Amino acid sequence: MRSSDVIIQTTTKVVFYIIFLFAIHIFFAGHYTPGGGFVGGLLTASAIVLLLLAFDIRTVKKALPINYTVLIATGLVLALGTASASILFNVPFFTHAYDYFTLPLFGETSLHSAMLFDLGVYLVVVGATMNIILSIGSDD
Amino acid sequence: MISVLLLFAPVVAALFVPLLASRLRGIHTGWFVLAVPVLLFIYYLGFLPQVKDGGVHIGELSWIPSYGISLTSYIDGLSLLFSLLITGIGALVVLYSIFYLDKTKERLGNFYVYLLMFMTAMLGVVQSDNMIALYGFWELTSISSFLLIGYWYTRDGSRFGALKSMMITVFGGLMMLGGFVLLYIMGGTFSVRELASMAPELAEHSLFTWALVLLLLGAFTKSAQFPFYIWLPDAMEAPTPVSAYLHSATMVKAGLYLVARFTPIFAASEIWVWLVTSIGVLTLFWGSFFAVKQTDLKGILAFSTVSQLGLIMSLLGASAAAFHVEGAAETMFKYAGFAAIFHLVNHAAFKGSLFMVAGIVDHETGTRDIRKLGGLMALMPVTFTIALIGSLSMAGLPPFGGFLSKELFLTGMLSLGELDLFAPASWGTVLLIVAWIASVFTFIYSFYFVFRTFTGKHKPDLLPKSAHEAPAGMLISPAVLGLIVVAIFFVPNFIGDWIVKPAVAAVQPFMYGSPADVDVHVAAWHGHVTPELMMTIGIVITGLVLYWLLPKWQGGYRAFPEYLTLNKLYDSSMIFAESGMNRLSRSYMNGLIRSYLIYMFAGIVIIVLGSMFVKDAFAVSFEGTAPIGPAEIGLLTVLVGSVLTTLVARKRLTAILALGAAGYVVALLFVIFKAPDLALTQLVIETVSVALYLLAFYHLPKLSRHDEKRKFRVGNAIIAAGVGLMMALLAMSAASQKALPSISQFYKDTVYSEAGGGNIVNVILVDYRGFDTLFEIAVLSIAAIGILGMIKLRLTRKGDQHEKQ
Repeated sequence: MRSSDVIIQTTTKVVFYIIFLFAIHIFFAGHYTPGGGFVGGLLTASAIVLLLLAFDIRTVKKALPINYTVLIATGLVLALGTASASILFNVPFFTHAYDYFTLPLFGETSLHSAMLFDLGVYLVVVGATMNIILSIGSDD
Repeated sequence: MISVLLLFAPVVAALFVPLLASRLRGIHTGWFVLAVPVLLFIYYLGFLPQVKDGGVHIGELSWIPSYGISLTSYIDGLSLLFSLLITGIGALVVLYSIFYLDKTKERLGNFYVYLLMFMTAMLGVVQSDNMIALYGFWELTSISSFLLIGYWYTRDGSRFGALKSMMITVFGGLMMLGGFVLLYIMGGTFSVRELASMAPELAEHSLFTWALVLLLLGAFTKSAQFPFYIWLPDAMEAPTPVSAYLHSATMVKAGLYLVARFTPIFAASEIWVWLVTSIGVLTLFWGSFFAVKQTDLKGILAFSTVSQLGLIMSLLGASAAAFHVEGAAETMFKYAGFAAIFHLVNHAAFKGSLFMVAGIVDHETGTRDIRKLGGLMALMPVTFTIALIGSLSMAGLPPFGGFLSKELFLTGMLSLGELDLFAPASWGTVLLIVAWIASVFTFIYSFYFVFRTFTGKHKPDLLPKSAHEAPAGMLISPAVLGLIVVAIFFVPNFIGDWIVKPAVAAVQPFMYGSPADVDVHVAAWHGHVTPELMMTIGIVITGLVLYWLLPKWQGGYRAFPEYLTLNKLYDSSMIFAESGMNRLSRSYMNGLIRSYLIYMFAGIVIIVLGSMFVKDAFAVSFEGTAPIGPAEIGLLTVLVGSVLTTLVARKRLTAILALGAAGYVVALLFVIFKAPDLALTQLVIETVSVALYLLAFYHLPKLSRHDEKRKFRVGNAIIAAGVGLMMALLAMSAASQKALPSISQFYKDTVYSEAGGGNIVNVILVDYRGFDTLFEIAVLSIAAIGILGMIKLRLTRKGDQHEKQ
C-alpha cells in the first residue's frame, strides 16, 4: 500500500510519538489505574500501524528494524522467567514480590515483579500483532 | 541420596559428549565415555559385602511429595545384580564400540549421548522403588532404544525397526502404568516395598487379576515374549554394540526384572504362576525353533535371545510356584528361583560375547549372511575360540557356565511336574516336554551359528571384504566375557554366594529371610546319574543327529505360510491404522472454512443448550439489573443497524466499516457501564483490526457473493438462530442466578494489601490469574507464528506438484 498524502504523513510523524508515549504511560500506570501490558502493547502496535498506513511497509521496516518474531520469544521468556524465578526462592510458582523504594526523580515508587511479567505480555502483544499484520499486509 | 544422584551421572556426562565429539575429533569419544560405566561399576561393587549379608541400601530424593512420588535408589540383591550387569557390560560394550565405530565416519556424539541416556534409564528402572519413577525410567529405555535402533537413520530397515520396537514396547509400558495405578488404588502407595508387605490383603482385592495381567503385558512386551517378540529381530538393525548391550544383556531383561521384582506381590496368584511359566516355555520353544530358520548371524542371535528370555521367564514363573508349596526351601522347588538368576548372569555373559563375535565377523568380512560365510576358523582363530565358548555354553555343554544353568533349568521344569495347582497335573508335564524339545533346538542353533560360520569351505569371492582377524582392541571385550563364561563353570558357588543368592532372597522373600538361607549348592557332577543328566545326554544326542541332517529339513521352514506370521499381522494393522485414520479425517476435513464453522457452532450449541437442559439451568430474572435508559437504547439501535449493514453490504469496504462501527458501539457500552479497561482495550482492538482489514484489502478478491441472489440454507439458518438463542439464554440465566457468591469483594479486600496494586483488572491479569495470562500469551505467540508460517512459508508450486503426486 502506497500513499503520498502529505497531510497524513506529516501528522503521523507527530501523532506516532504521542500514541507511543501514551502507550508507555498506560503500561506503567496499569497497576494502579486503567491500562496494563495488554492495552499498552496494542496501543504501541496501533501506532506502528498508523505508520504503515501513512507510509509503506518498506519504509517502516527500514525505520523500525525490529524482528517481531524475536520480540515474541523475548516476551515469552521474560514472562515465564518472572513466573519461575519464584521457585529459586522456594516459594510457589508465580509468587510475585513487591516493595516501595524512594528513587531519585520519581520519589517513593512501588517496584513490583508483576511489572516484569507485564512487560513480557507487552512484548508478546506487540510482536504478535505486528507479525500478523505484516505477514498479511506485505505485498509478496 | 548420593546413590540417587549417581543414577543421573551418565546423563550428566552425556551433556559433555557433543562438546568432546566436536572439539576433540582426534581422540575417539568412546575413551571419555568409558570412564562413566567403569567408575559406576566400581561404586556398585562396593555394595557387595553389605548386600551379601542381606542388607539393603536406600537412598531417597523426594520429587512430588504431595502425590507420594519420589526418586528412590533401592539397592538389594536383585537391583545390585542388574546394576552390575548394566555398568559392567556397559563398560565392555563402550570399549568394544571404540573399535567398532569409525571416529571419522560415524556420528559418535549421537551414539554416546543415546547410550548414556539409556544407562541412566536402565539403572533407574532397576533401582526405583517408586512405581511412577520406575515407569518414567522404563519409557526412557524404550525411547533410547528407539534412538539407538534408528542410529543409521538413512536406512529404511533401521527406521522401520525403531518404530516397531517403540510401538510395541510403549504399548506395553502404558499397560504397565495401568497396572501400577491399579496397585496404587488397592494399596494406597506407589512403593513396591510397601506393596509387597501387604501382599496377602492385595490378593483378596477384586482388581488384583487386572493389575497382574496389565503388569505382565508390560513385562512381556519389553522382554520380547510370545507374541510380542516380533520387534526384537527387527531391532537388529542397530549397531552391533547396541544389540549386545540393549537387546541381549540389559534392556530386554527389564521385563524379567519386573516379573522378579513383583513376584513377592503376585506369587499368591495361580494365574501368575501359570501365565508366566507357560508364556515363558512357549517363547523358549518358539524362539529356538525359528532361530534355525535364520540366515543372518544377528537374526539367529535375536531369536536365540527371545528363546533364552523365555527360559528365564518360565523359571521365574516356577519360582513363584514355590509360594504354593509347603516348606519349599527344603524341596526341589528351591532350584527354580536360583536357576533363573543364575542363568540370567550366564546368558548376559555368553550372549554378549556372541553378539560381539557377530559384530566382528560383520566388520571384518562385510556380511552377516551365514550362507556366504564359512571356513573362517583359520583366518580368525581368536574370534572362533570366543564364539565356540559362547555357543557351547548356550548349547548347555560342559565345561561352561551354560551347562550348570541348563541342568538347574531342567530341575526347575521337573519340579513343575510335581505341582498340583489350579491346572490339571499333566500340564506341568507338557511344559517339561516342550522345554526339552526347545533345548534340542537350542543345541542345534548354537552349533549352526558357530560351525556354519567358522568351519566348512571358505568362500572369499562371496565376501565384500577379504576376511582377517579383528584388531586386538575389538577382541578384549568378547574375550573377557568368554573368560567369565568359563570361570562360572569352575567357581559357580562363588558367583552363587556373592551375586545370585542375595538376588534370589529378594525375589522369594516368602521362602528366605536372608541370602544365607538359600540352600542351593551348584555342582557339575552330583556323584550319581540324575534325571537332569539323562535329559542333557538326550538333548546332545538328538541335537547332534538333527544338526547332521539339517540341510535335509531346513527347507521345511519355507512351508510355513508367510501371510499367517505375526509380522504380517503387525504390518497390516499399521497400514490399516494409517489409511483408516486418513480416510476418517478426510471424510469431514473438506478444506472449506464454512464447514468447519458449522461443526464448531453446531457443537457449541448442542453442548451448551444440552447441558443447560439436563441441569435445568434456565432462569430469567431482572432483579438487580441496571435500568435501560435512552443512551443504551440508542447504542443498541446503532449496534443492530451496523451488524445488519455488515451482512447485506454490497461493497467490502462498507462491510468493514460497519463491522468497525459495531465494535466501537460495544466499547461505548463498556464506558457507560464504567469499565474503562475493557473500553480502552476494545477501542484499540477495533482500530487495529479495521486497519488490518484495510491493509489486507488489496489482497482480497472482489466481493462477488452479493451480486447474485444468495441461496437460503435452512441448516445454516437453524445454526445461526441456535447460536443467538444460546447466547441470549446463557447470558440471562447466568445473570439471574449465582451458584457461588461473587469473588469481587475478595479482590477489593486484597488488591492493595496483598497484591500491592490498585487496578483490580490488571492485577487479576498479572497476579491473581497470572497463569491464565501466561497461557494466553503463549497461545497468541503460537497463533502469530502459525500465521507467519502459513503465509510466508506456503508451499511453492513445486511443492504443490509434489503434494498431488
